[in-house]
Amino acid sequence: MSTIDWLIDDAPSSRLQARAGRLYRLSRMLLRNPLAVVGIVIVTALVLVAIFAPLIATASPTEQDLANRLLAPGADHWMGTDELGRDIWSRVVFGARITLMIVAIVAVISAPVGLVVGAVAGYYGGWVDRILMGLTDVFLSLPRLVLALAFVAALGPGIENAVIAIAITTWPSYARIARAETLTFRNAEFISAMRLQGASAVRVIGTGILPLCTSSMIIRVTLDMAGIILTAAGLGFIGLGAQPPLPEWGAMISRGRAFILDQWWVATMPGLAIVVVSLGFCFLGDGLRDVLDPKHGDKA
Amino acid sequence: MNILEISDLNVSYGTSQVVHDVSFSVKEGEIFALCGESGSGKSTILRAIAGLATEWTGAISVLGRARERGLSARFASECQMVFQDPYASLHPRKTIDATLSEPLRIHRVAGNHGDRIEEVLDSVGLDRRFRFRFPHQLSGGQRQRVAIARALMLQPRLLLLDEPTSALDVSVQAEVLNLLKKLRREQGLTYVMVTHSMPVISFLCDRLAVMRHGRVVETADVEQLKADRMTDPYSQELVALSRGRPDQKSEKTQ
Amino acid sequence: MKPILEVENLRVSFPAPRGRVEVVKGINFSLGAERLGIVGESGSGKSMTGRSILRLIQRPGRVTADRLQFEEVDILSASDRQMRAVRGARISMVMQDPKFSLNPVITIGDQIAEGLVAHRRLPRAQVKEKTLEMLRAVRIADPEKVVKLYPHQVSGGMGQRVMIAMMLIPEPTLLIADEPTSALDVSVQAQVLDIIDELIRRNNMGLILISHDLLLVSAYCDRILVMRNGEVVDECAARDLAASTHPYTRGLLAAMPHLNETRDELPMLDRRSQAT
Repeated sequence: MSTIDWLIDDAPSSRLQARAGRLYRLSRMLLRNPLAVVGIVIVTALVLVAIFAPLIATASPTEQDLANRLLAPGADHWMGTDELGRDIWSRVVFGARITLMIVAIVAVISAPVGLVVGAVAGYYGGWVDRILMGLTDVFLSLPRLVLALAFVAALGPGIENAVIAIAITTWPSYARIARAETLTFRNAEFISAMRLQGASAVRVIGTGILPLCTSSMIIRVTLDMAGIILTAAGLGFIGLGAQPPLPEWGAMISRGRAFILDQWWVATMPGLAIVVVSLGFCFLGDGLRDVLDPKHGDKA
Repeated sequence: MNILEISDLNVSYGTSQVVHDVSFSVKEGEIFALCGESGSGKSTILRAIAGLATEWTGAISVLGRARERGLSARFASECQMVFQDPYASLHPRKTIDATLSEPLRIHRVAGNHGDRIEEVLDSVGLDRRFRFRFPHQLSGGQRQRVAIARALMLQPRLLLLDEPTSALDVSVQAEVLNLLKKLRREQGLTYVMVTHSMPVISFLCDRLAVMRHGRVVETADVEQLKADRMTDPYSQELVALSRGRPDQKSEKTQ
Repeated sequence: MKPILEVENLRVSFPAPRGRVEVVKGINFSLGAERLGIVGESGSGKSMTGRSILRLIQRPGRVTADRLQFEEVDILSASDRQMRAVRGARISMVMQDPKFSLNPVITIGDQIAEGLVAHRRLPRAQVKEKTLEMLRAVRIADPEKVVKLYPHQVSGGMGQRVMIAMMLIPEPTLLIADEPTSALDVSVQAQVLDIIDELIRRNNMGLILISHDLLLVSAYCDRILVMRNGEVVDECAARDLAASTHPYTRGLLAAMPHLNETRDELPMLDRRSQAT
């Protein structure tokens, strides 16, 4: 029996095979969507570039070479050099690491927090719901940049504080989604059946409700990634995010602003990177939505 | 011995009371039907026994023990419930295996879960190759068998059945009804079943209570139903509706 | 009798991973001013048959037929504009659950009137008069009050009667009722079907009653088609249903429990395939 037959077998013989089969069918559907494939390619490329940055970069991202300031893109410097003679290509490549780190940390902190807060609020209802959702609304009403400013004022400028500020302002929207999803499942018969079997609330939420919220959460987080990258870049741009000489894309644009008329590449190249990566996450998110959306998901 | 005793049960949802002063008892091994039209409160009684409806007064006792409001792990292994809609009662993201092993894991049942799952699948007449499928790969009748299997995992003595066949096709209904009959025979189960179908009661049940507007209007033996000797006018009307429909209409058509 | 609807070799198919799957496999029937019942279990293609007559099957589903003629309209080649004129005005459809078929934010009176003004221009007073008359025809006791209500304020049975009023007010020649009463209680079921029956006779319309319930269909129809797996397996006059010799029809009848049940086990239909 070939691997594919094993995967699409109608009567799987183990848990592993059942899961693998579902995953296979989902990825088949995802790969049939050309935009999603573009998204996958971009995001994969981002990850690979971040991992192999030292191999891909042609020079050190921080080494200054004042003799070669503001060179136009050419054979030696594919994207030109900046005002301190650093190779912009190499800086963009190393910048991928920072971008990926921001995205990963925000996703790791805010998605699970939002998921759990939302599911707990939705499942219990009543005063638990009111308190948790009140808290969520407080955080939701704080503008990202203002909160980031406050954070940076308190803790000093730096990429870590910027990331924490972004994470803190991101989770409430996930909590709202998770709560809304939970409310639609809370009274479902399969949840009642779990409770009747004596399952504790932790088990009902953990194994009954959360798995149903995760797909919409994955979609939402992926779609939000673009926004997170832009916010991080924005913080970098106003000088409150990554600090020099870190090659953060937003900060690079900010530096390039001074030369935008004569040396367009200094600001444009990192800008291009931001556009491409944001688009990649958007495409991927849209593709995932088509595949994982609860309305289609059950048939997958 | 009475496995279930209910006296003066009143159940409310918020401010509206949906069940009024209901009393009945069910003997061990019996199949007891609660019937009536929608809104008569029949399902609410099941939910109160199961612990899903908690706003009630009166007394419910199962296996001689007074029932507390709400759910408990011990009660779960004595009494289980099968729901009406087989499309809504199975978790869409869990394989049949995961659904069936859940009660064993919750109650930390020792031994090989796989063997027990295959044993129960056998007893509800499902092939083992269904074990690792997802619910969407199953037909309605197969799902309802899984739901029954799930209820049997902990070997309860009392099963609450909420319209277990009303969402199914006639031929599938026949299979599920036969299965319920067989399981009762083999495992000595007691059923309390909510249904609106008099013929189903006639086939499966021993006694029935007819409900209307939250009250029991009549409790009768199934023989009374079969012989058309129900005494309450409303029960007679219900019986007439399910009996007379075809004949009465074809006369009119002539 | 001149047929209202003629169907020849109707096929409906949907794409599946391994080629297209036919859910209706070439069925034929014609219908005059009579009541035709289409019975079958889920997956038999009965609803798809009903929907394809109104061309309600959307892509990627595909409908083909040698002939699908409603009075002078060739349904398969009619333009969308022609179909809109047919739908509602000349062929109406009552669906299973009034909760999903009625618009929750429009009053019942307005919804019924909409069926009327969408196809004909009438003065307001006359629209109102006809609406009330229609509600009376579906045995709603206090129509002046009911026209002002919203769908969620009425019971399931009344909602279904409102649906029927809405569907019949443009005086169509054909009514397709797809499981019109399966969401309702037995007592209300009989009431709703009696109303449909009465209106059909009075207006000399054609009726296609689609249901899983053999007894119900035999009580309210003249002729019955029994469908299974997309094919018509049995056809008979309603009053001869009990005498049908077809094994599938017999099997369905036998699988139903009776009010005076003495069998210890219900006979089961043997299924060609148990899988999925």
